[in-house]
Amino acid sequence: MPKAATRQKPASKATKTSGNGTGEKPDTVDKSQVTDFVDVEKATAEYNDRRESQLESIKKTDKKVLREMLYQMVLGRFFEEKCAEVYRTGEIGGFCHLYIGQEAIAVGSMMALEPTDMVITSYRDHVQAMIKGITPEGVMAELYGKEGGCVKGKGGSMHMFSKEHEFYGGHGIVGGQIGVGTGMAYAAKYKGSGQVTLCFFGEAAVNQGIFHESLNMAQLWKLPCIYICENNQYGMGTSQKRAMSISSVAKKGDGYGIANEFVDGMDVMAVREATQRAIDRARNESLPTLLEIRAYRFMGHSMSDPGNYRTRDEIVKYQTRDPIVLFKDSLDEAGVFSKKDFERIEQEAAEAVEKAVKFAEESPIPAESELFTDVYA
Amino acid sequence: MAVLTIRDALNQALREEILRDENVFVMGEEVAEYDGAYKVTRGLWKEFGDKRVVDTPITELGFAAVGVGAAMAGLRPVIEFMTWNFSVLAADQIINHAAKMLYMSGGQFKVPIVFRGPNGSAYQVSSQHSQAFEAFYANFPGLKVVMPSTAADAKGLLKSAIRDDNPIIFLEQERMYGMKSEVPEDEDFTIPLGVADVKREGTDCTIVARSMTVPLALQAAEQIEKEFDVSVEVIDPRTIKPLDIDTIVKSVKKTNRLVIAEESHAFASVGTEISHQVMDKAFDYLDAPVKLLSTAEAPMPYAKNLEALALPSVEGIVGAVKEVCYL
Repeated sequence: MPKAATRQKPASKATKTSGNGTGEKPDTVDKSQVTDFVDVEKATAEYNDRRESQLESIKKTDKKVLREMLYQMVLGRFFEEKCAEVYRTGEIGGFCHLYIGQEAIAVGSMMALEPTDMVITSYRDHVQAMIKGITPEGVMAELYGKEGGCVKGKGGSMHMFSKEHEFYGGHGIVGGQIGVGTGMAYAAKYKGSGQVTLCFFGEAAVNQGIFHESLNMAQLWKLPCIYICENNQYGMGTSQKRAMSISSVAKKGDGYGIANEFVDGMDVMAVREATQRAIDRARNESLPTLLEIRAYRFMGHSMSDPGNYRTRDEIVKYQTRDPIVLFKDSLDEAGVFSKKDFERIEQEAAEAVEKAVKFAEESPIPAESELFTDVYA
Repeated sequence: MAVLTIRDALNQALREEILRDENVFVMGEEVAEYDGAYKVTRGLWKEFGDKRVVDTPITELGFAAVGVGAAMAGLRPVIEFMTWNFSVLAADQIINHAAKMLYMSGGQFKVPIVFRGPNGSAYQVSSQHSQAFEAFYANFPGLKVVMPSTAADAKGLLKSAIRDDNPIIFLEQERMYGMKSEVPEDEDFTIPLGVADVKREGTDCTIVARSMTVPLALQAAEQIEKEFDVSVEVIDPRTIKPLDIDTIVKSVKKTNRLVIAEESHAFASVGTEISHQVMDKAFDYLDAPVKLLSTAEAPMPYAKNLEALALPSVEGIVGAVKEVCYL
């Protein structure tokens, strides 16, 4: 385990220091915290500090796992780039939220799961859906509104589901899935199934009441739920700085006595290891964890985003920390894969995306009778 | 047949379903150690313990969501709202999540959940605690809406609701919890959802009533029969969605007159929906315009006299029947 891969704070300590009257400074926005909102240099320095242990950790990891991690990240990137392309030509309608820049979060965390574990996420769900086992064809055909889509053309971009793969959906109401995920974990504990629930949401969802209601119940009832805040720093066009009174999402776990960690979301190995710790806590102690995984959304909130709320410079600055580039550099330096391996992985991903598009194009539109099926069980 | 209060009939239904299916559990505010705010869950926690009867924090959105997630993952939660007024805090989970899940997952994820509790007015509890929500929830495809008016219906319908694979809005009435009537003793006694019941047969005028207005309509029918020799049929749909419109239309074709009595406000209500459907299906059979009696178009006042004035009454129903019968 690489040292200082994350800024970890155990729950026991957290509960002791939370609350008033501890002599600590009140946790309101001050300058030192504000700079933390967008601080690429600091993140780079921390990353460089733990680089050696990260490389060691890569060397210790099964090569097949590493390959799958990189493949899923590249597939996710290529898939979303293709979505942007075909959205512009009108093949995809409605809302379409892309995952570009956040791949390390879904891949790092979900690759630590067992297949029987449950996952639920927000409307930015294409990549999570594919990692959980829905085929790129199933996701792309859904985006095309076709019969071959994973939910038969009834959900679209925001609502991918697979009961077979324990993927409980993409959900369109900001924060709504945090409560549903809590219920899934409740069911796992009730049944004694040993399943862990990964529940993804953006940092803007943290301002919704359901986040707080869920965390309270999860710790109160000791539910095996891992809350993953994908902090991409913007809730639509509103920066976290303009929407949240404190800068740390992880710290909010202290208010409920929930173990929490801040994780560099551009470092897929750090994400995987932090999630593994949370999974152990969930499976062995039936306790929840809140992970704040900080990344950056390279694209707009959705395809209709004018992008006038942030500068080009800011995006470029973050792109120097592209999670795929960082991971490839580390794999290269650790000597795990050759240039040819990388090329092959990229080629496979590109082919999978082309195959998905072809399938989506050829899949028939849903029959009109489908309008009224699945309204009631 | 045993004679039970509606409260005890509901309690029996819960108890029998908890015993029948290990995936059934009851969750809500004060349902366990306190025995239920209105004692519907009395004794269940003592008998079944923490796993099957679960007290929650006051966190309606939160525990409604836990119910939805648990139902998706294979359990059959019965979620109690202390009153339906508080369900508004949880409406996101009921309307945006539970009602849509089966459809937007392409038929993959069922949400077998019952949301239940008292609906409508109580005794001088004023504006925020006296609302009737049947029209609100019935408007959304994916939800079923149930409103019993007798002990037997309460028990039989709640058991069917718990066994149903869809999200169910089960609306009780605080003023009716103590009302007694006969209930079959068979543990497998259920009443199917979507089937209306003719509570009183008649030939001259139909009253469609539900929940609290059913006993009022029955009283009104007796009074009219005595005073005017007019034979009134009283129909209780029992399930608002799916609505058994056929039973209502059949009755209207016989009586040619329709009065609808309801505890909700009139605007865009279940009553206006029934009125529309009857117009659509039995226009030529109506000998008078459909008369609708609802709660006054104002928030519920506290003062006893104003509260009584706001609500449908026996006198009001008698007046409405006289009007459609041109008496």
